Amino acid sequence: MSEKILHAVYDDDDKLIEAVKEIRTSKYSIEEIYTPFPVHGLDKAMGLEPTKLGILSFIYGCIGFGFSIFMMNYIMIVDWPQNIGGKPSFSYLENMPSFVPIMFELTVFFSAHLMVITFYLRSKLWPFKEAENPIPETTDDKFLIEIKFNGDGKALKAVIKKTDALKIKVIENKESK
Amino acid sequence: MYTFTKNIKIFSLSLIILGALGLGYGFYTAPNSVEEAKAMVSNSHGLEEKNDSHDNNKDHAISEDLHELNSHSLEEVSHDEHLLNQLQNRPWAALYVAALFFMMLALGTLAFYAIQRAAQAGWSPILFRVMEGITAYLLPGTLIILIILILSSMHLNHLFVWMDPEVVEHDKLLQGKSGYLNSPFLLGRAIFYILGWNLYRYFSRKFSLAQDKSNDISNHKKNFKISAGFLAFFIVTESMMSWDWIMSVDPHWFSTLFGWYVFASMMVSAITTIALVTIYLKSKGYLEKANHNHIHDLAKFMFGFSVFWAYLWFSQFMLIWYANFPEEVTYFITRIEDYNLPFFGMIALNFIFPLLLLMNSDYKRVNWFIVTTGIIILIGHYIDVFNMIMPATVGDQWFIGIPEISGILFFAGLFIYIVFNGISKASLEPSGDPLFKESEKFVY
Repeated sequence: MSEKILHAVYDDDDKLIEAVKEIRTSKYSIEEIYTPFPVHGLDKAMGLEPTKLGILSFIYGCIGFGFSIFMMNYIMIVDWPQNIGGKPSFSYLENMPSFVPIMFELTVFFSAHLMVITFYLRSKLWPFKEAENPIPETTDDKFLIEIKFNGDGKALKAVIKKTDALKIKVIENKESK
Repeated sequence: MYTFTKNIKIFSLSLIILGALGLGYGFYTAPNSVEEAKAMVSNSHGLEEKNDSHDNNKDHAISEDLHELNSHSLEEVSHDEHLLNQLQNRPWAALYVAALFFMMLALGTLAFYAIQRAAQAGWSPILFRVMEGITAYLLPGTLIILIILILSSMHLNHLFVWMDPEVVEHDKLLQGKSGYLNSPFLLGRAIFYILGWNLYRYFSRKFSLAQDKSNDISNHKKNFKISAGFLAFFIVTESMMSWDWIMSVDPHWFSTLFGWYVFASMMVSAITTIALVTIYLKSKGYLEKANHNHIHDLAKFMFGFSVFWAYLWFSQFMLIWYANFPEEVTYFITRIEDYNLPFFGMIALNFIFPLLLLMNSDYKRVNWFIVTTGIIILIGHYIDVFNMIMPATVGDQWFIGIPEISGILFFAGLFIYIVFNGISKASLEPSGDPLFKESEKFVY
């Protein structure tokens, strides 16, 4: 296969975003971008679809909310009614204000934990996983764009040269990195 | 540069006239004697009494027995007088609730503005002139409150029971509080707060306008300094203001987080007002540099402060409900028994609606969505102030009728007139602000 990979390294997030726009207007497809921190507006510049994580977090929160109501009803009303501070121990509704902190906490707990787990599954992360970033500097202060291309890539290189890239590197075979 | 259009002028002036007429009607129809008050109540409650008469038969029998024991009981007389006071209070309370609500819109905007200044926020300078326009209402708004307080201390109404020397004479708790709760000290404090807030507003506006014309950023720096100072002054005086002007209508009851609770209500309605005025100006073709990124940020604040308000409301409610101390819990019992619909309805309006409507990030950029939610929030927070003042002043004789709606119309008209007049006084772009460029380019 003649498909090759080009790495363009940048040292500034503004330059990176400019470069991404430049590359996309020249109709090259960006494989992946590695950055040391979340770059504001990069998802839009890359044309990524909006994440559905937000909708999921709402659903997870609803699950937690429902679970907390079921749990407190079972513990405090059905299974073992307790008289605490003279509050009616036989009615969930009349005791509801004292359960609100628990409802809130479990909503947050479910939403947060299930979101993190979803995020790990979705981005295929697990403990002891080997890092995928081609150069370790992308965890420090460098930004790297990975572009797939066919042929000799002269045109692509010309495009990259126009941007303010720190260095350009072509990798013949993805496995040999 | 915005020009104060004739349409708005006519609209706001007609609101003022309508409101003034309605308030006048409210004062005119308030009863003058105990007999009139009793007649009014028996007329309006005729239907209700028929419905639950069989429930009350037993109570009536018992109370009639008691009445026979001390045939002309003192209690009955004082009860009737109390009823008279409540009915006489109603137009005053309607006036006071609306005056407070609109004054707090301006005060909350001023605090929000000072936060933007002190934090040197990059996103908001584009909206500074809108906020400055809204705070133009602060001076008239606070002066109206001061006048109402002076009239109360002259015993023209019974909004504050602790101002009545006869009541204090028979009340040990009020005697203990009289070192703080007395008319001269209350008025002195009110003048102190009003002076402080308006001085900040005056100088901040002055520096803001001067910055547009100057070549250096000295005015910006001065504004930063006085804003930081104002915020320290504000958070103390705002808390004390809410004790003095709101909490003291229930002089026996107290809550330590009441100042924060009022603050949350004030902030969310103020930010909503900023958003609504901005959207209005944009719809008229002004403020072209303010885009949906800025609206999105305002909507985030609306969402956040709505949740914050609910958090404080619930914190106050749950602690008192759980502890169940008689002197504290009466506050909520009157509200739940006599004000059930506004009390629980406001939680739906102020918390559940904004929570669900503004949760989605994309909806925070849709103007009609923000306007809808904003109107709900403003109605909800008017009812919040209503629930703070009415139970102690009007008791179970409340109704959202002609005096209440007229109060809203009157102050809404005044507010719109002064705010849009204020906005038309200066260029809508604080182009000299060193952060203006950043605000213009702001994304998200």
